[in-house]
Amino acid sequence: MNILVCISNVPDTTSKINFTDSDSKFDKNGVQFIINPNDEFGLTKAVWMKDSNNASVTVLTVGDSSAEAILRKCLAIGADKAIRIDCEAKDAYSVAKEIVSHCESVKYDLIICGRESIDYNGGLVPGLLAGYLNYNFVTNCVSLEIESEKAKCAREISGGTEYSECDLPLVIGAQKGLVEESDLIIPNMRGIMMARQKPLDVNKAQNINSRAIDKKFFKPDEKSEVKLVKSDELDKLIDLLENEAKVI
Amino acid sequence: MSVLVYSESENGKLKKSSFETASYGKALAEKLGSKLICVSFNCSDSELLNKYGADKIIHVGNSSLKEFTAKTYSHALSQVIEDEDVSVIILSSSADAKYLGAYLAGITDSSYLSNVVELPESLNPFIVRRSCFTNKAFSSTEINGGLKIISISSNSYGIKENNGDGIIVNLDLNEVSTTLKVSNVEKQSGKVTIADADIVVSAGRGLKGPENWHMIEELADVLGAATACSKPVSDMGWRPHSEHVGQTGKPVASNLYIAIGISGAIQHLAGINSSKVKVVINSDPEAPFFKAADYGVVGDAFDVIPALINKLKAR
Repeated sequence: MNILVCISNVPDTTSKINFTDSDSKFDKNGVQFIINPNDEFGLTKAVWMKDSNNASVTVLTVGDSSAEAILRKCLAIGADKAIRIDCEAKDAYSVAKEIVSHCESVKYDLIICGRESIDYNGGLVPGLLAGYLNYNFVTNCVSLEIESEKAKCAREISGGTEYSECDLPLVIGAQKGLVEESDLIIPNMRGIMMARQKPLDVNKAQNINSRAIDKKFFKPDEKSEVKLVKSDELDKLIDLLENEAKVI
Repeated sequence: MSVLVYSESENGKLKKSSFETASYGKALAEKLGSKLICVSFNCSDSELLNKYGADKIIHVGNSSLKEFTAKTYSHALSQVIEDEDVSVIILSSSADAKYLGAYLAGITDSSYLSNVVELPESLNPFIVRRSCFTNKAFSSTEINGGLKIISISSNSYGIKENNGDGIIVNLDLNEVSTTLKVSNVEKQSGKVTIADADIVVSAGRGLKGPENWHMIEELADVLGAATACSKPVSDMGWRPHSEHVGQTGKPVASNLYIAIGISGAIQHLAGINSSKVKVVINSDPEAPFFKAADYGVVGDAFDVIPALINKLKAR
């Protein structure tokens, strides 16, 4: 079975968010980039499937050469092969179209993306891939078992879980639950050494025009100071929530 | 040209989010000088959308659409789009709407933007504001391309009434085939879900153990709220994973978020940032959550919560 895991290179959660070029670009200065957490849950699942489903795992990212560090980490975690499509990741549409173009030349049975990235939180790429490729699609995926070309999936829904079955090929949007945080694989020295021998191909981009262009970024207004209420004056808290905030 | 709203329903009844999307759709249609069309599937009360300004209500009753799947609903919507002259499609930010939206954008080759928080600031070019970096920033984003799809953040626009006299049109669609079959849905009944709740009561390690959650549930009951928890609490198995809110858990965009015994790690804040009003109850005055809160009580949850329940009951 051939698995593709799409990886997004995102700023670490604790990063300070700043902008440059008259607030039109994200300021990468001093920011540490990590594998998007939802993608990492998906990658871990894919690495498990090397054993359970005799799968071959390719990781792919759309980005410039600075994204190669996280691809090497994916190889150290256990992916067999990495591909970087050489262009700046501008918006979900152009990224998805680059991946679609790759998937038209190399066939995958399963494409795993994170349900959303933690930078733009759009959650668009997995659905766009499934739509353009006409593959089955399950996002917010918390369980996946594949046996003889059939997939059994669970999707987290509002207030519960939905179970479904479908044929391959399939695109999933991975999230916590597919594997747990404690299952994440920390690369060991052997993994890191082996990663150096694994192929990391750089593919030419199609240079697709983006459809969503950030014109200007804003930060939310400074928060006003918290209003503290004494623990023996809870009537005051209820009054504030009722009459000032008007939320109860 | 028309603005088309996908009006979500559950068990044959419209969801609250469908009133917000209709309100937004009406305001956008007026800006564009166009009509508002609302589409619902297997829904028995779609005439309610008239209260929010619908010019036309399309009701699709089709047994193959009984169970929601992104593929069948997207293909059904794309058939409606082919018949109507649509320029913008409006979706909510529910898990189902976001599931459907990206797939629909793929099959119709549309431009899709999610997490939109306001009406467009410009129509030509089409520029809307969306939240990004887990609500640490906003971006004014230009959307190019023909058909546009936008999903609006929950509670960002609000519900606005507007007289509509939309005729209800019943539509029969071609059946959409898919090999994806929903085999089972497990859902808690009679409980407010985190996604739909106006108020969320959330608790963390400060509660000391799962046996103490009865007071969180009681407070939630009094307020008609949903219950949630922090990541360590779900990791330790004190509460189910489905209650975990935060970056890798569920997002919260309620009107009121009450955090009890949660210190306020950045990953937690990332998930609850878009809640409007935040109340923090914590015994540690140095807890970082107080910096992100609107109202705070420094005190022991075991004293404050029972007292708060009594006072709320006595109202």
